[in-house]
Amino acid sequence: MATKSGAQKNARKGEPEGEGVFKTSVSARHALDRVFSVLVFVAAMIGLVVLAVLLVDIARDGLPRLSWAFITSFPSVIPQNSGIYPALLGSLWLLGLTAILSVPLGIGAAVYLEEYAPDNWLTRLIEVNISNLAGVPSIIYGLLGLGIFVNLLGGITGGQSIVSGALTLSLLILPVIIIATREALRTIPGAVREGGYALGATRWEVIRSHLLPMALPGALTGTILALSRAIGETAPLIVVGAATYITFAPDSPLSSYSALPIQIYSWVSQPQPAFQLAAAAGIVVLMVVLLLTNSVAIWLRNKYQRRG
Amino acid sequence: MSEVSGERSGIGRDQGDQPSPAPKTEALGMKTENLSAFYGAFKAVTDVDMEIRPNKVTALIGPSGCGKSTFIRCLNRMHEVVPNAYAEGCVKLGDRDIYARDTDPVTVRRRIGMVFQKPNPFSKSIYENVAWGARINGYRGDMDELVERSLKRAALWDEVKDKLKKSGFDLSGGQQQRLVIARTLAVEPEVILMDEPASALDPVSTQKIEDTMAELKERYTVVIVTHNMQQAARISDYTGFFYIEHMNDPGRLWEFDETDKIFSSPNRKETEDYVTGRFG
Repeated sequence: MATKSGAQKNARKGEPEGEGVFKTSVSARHALDRVFSVLVFVAAMIGLVVLAVLLVDIARDGLPRLSWAFITSFPSVIPQNSGIYPALLGSLWLLGLTAILSVPLGIGAAVYLEEYAPDNWLTRLIEVNISNLAGVPSIIYGLLGLGIFVNLLGGITGGQSIVSGALTLSLLILPVIIIATREALRTIPGAVREGGYALGATRWEVIRSHLLPMALPGALTGTILALSRAIGETAPLIVVGAATYITFAPDSPLSSYSALPIQIYSWVSQPQPAFQLAAAAGIVVLMVVLLLTNSVAIWLRNKYQRRG
Repeated sequence: MSEVSGERSGIGRDQGDQPSPAPKTEALGMKTENLSAFYGAFKAVTDVDMEIRPNKVTALIGPSGCGKSTFIRCLNRMHEVVPNAYAEGCVKLGDRDIYARDTDPVTVRRRIGMVFQKPNPFSKSIYENVAWGARINGYRGDMDELVERSLKRAALWDEVKDKLKKSGFDLSGGQQQRLVIARTLAVEPEVILMDEPASALDPVSTQKIEDTMAELKERYTVVIVTHNMQQAARISDYTGFFYIEHMNDPGRLWEFDETDKIFSSPNRKETEDYVTGRFG
């Protein structure tokens, strides 16, 4: 059947142009093709150009202000002496703790849903909700964090502490990690699982030895991009009580803290122009942190993909 | 469930801490009684009674969609891996019912290995592909020796002995399929099920797989699903013909006999039409 219809197609292609019932102009079709290619090129460029203008603008304002002193100093009422040190440290604490909390939970939930969960109304309900949760505005998570981690569990988390912030950010990115990991697991052919089972392996043995290593590049990429998003979040952290002005560096998960976007936001809202320059320099620092985490994601993905 | 009798007790014989048995030459046979297979409410195969002789190659032939693959997957409880799929009836390895309530499918699958239509090596080195199954099953012997022996039996050793650390995916399709066979042999099964193992391979690779099979039956019982009737005639000792008489009926074992008989003077007209190429 298939070969027959293929042969017919070839016969048709062999016919001279313009004969029979085929009347379309090839040049008009090519013209349309060119118009479309220009349109999509413009669409791609608009995004890139806007981003480039933003970056150049920030760099022009921020780079002159950036110095080792800026990175190692505390914020001050004198804009020229202000530094980003506690906010940078706070953000790194948040990044680390959020990763520790959300990665095992997210990957675990994804493995359960994709590999263990039976297909029934409960799992379908959970799936729909996880997809919806990925789209919930971040300030809602902030309010949830305030209610649960700061107030209800304040005795354990220390109230407005790094732990509360990290737990809130973990909630925020969990759905993204779960979805990314599930997608990665879903792309693994069923033949891999069957090959394992056929040797007398249990589900866990197949997951540990084959599925997780194969899903790792995809899961890691999704996870680190989600972490990058978390590190740039401001709204939920303001709600759960990140400080805008802090004169000591956080030294434990229970410390109060500030974070880069909070510090930037605080400087931007100051009237003195010199604080605007500090904000620009702060944005450069934040961008560098983001680019570093993203390049770790790319490095990890390439490293594990090569093994396959 | 029948009583355990004699030396060869089937499932569970070497569970636990005993070291794996020495390489054997005499394998166990299998037997199905009233075996039916379902996908949810759909009955794909019905009432198959078949005796699979030990140390012989049994070929399963028949038109597409008549339940050969489903049937062979029931023989090592791989059928039930598909959601909502289940089997009814009795399947025995030796004299033990592999569907008995207290039988763990994980144990069954170690004793009854399976090679699939498309080669599915693991995303690991050639060495690890072979060693992995043995390791999870608690193999305590010399792993290097086991890997070498398994690859030799699968007729792959000479081609890969210098690149055991390379990925299984670096091999050609035919080599990958022999790697899968080697990996199956490494857990020392009694029976090897092959579901169209050569259908995705070129003629030269197919020839190598067929040669391998002829040697495999010295030590193992082999069941193979094939669409290639010359292949069935060449390599098998017994042949089962699966057939669906009316649309939407479940597949049945239409005729089962020695391969020579099936291909020269089958008892039923449909079998003859099929093996002589008049349909299918």
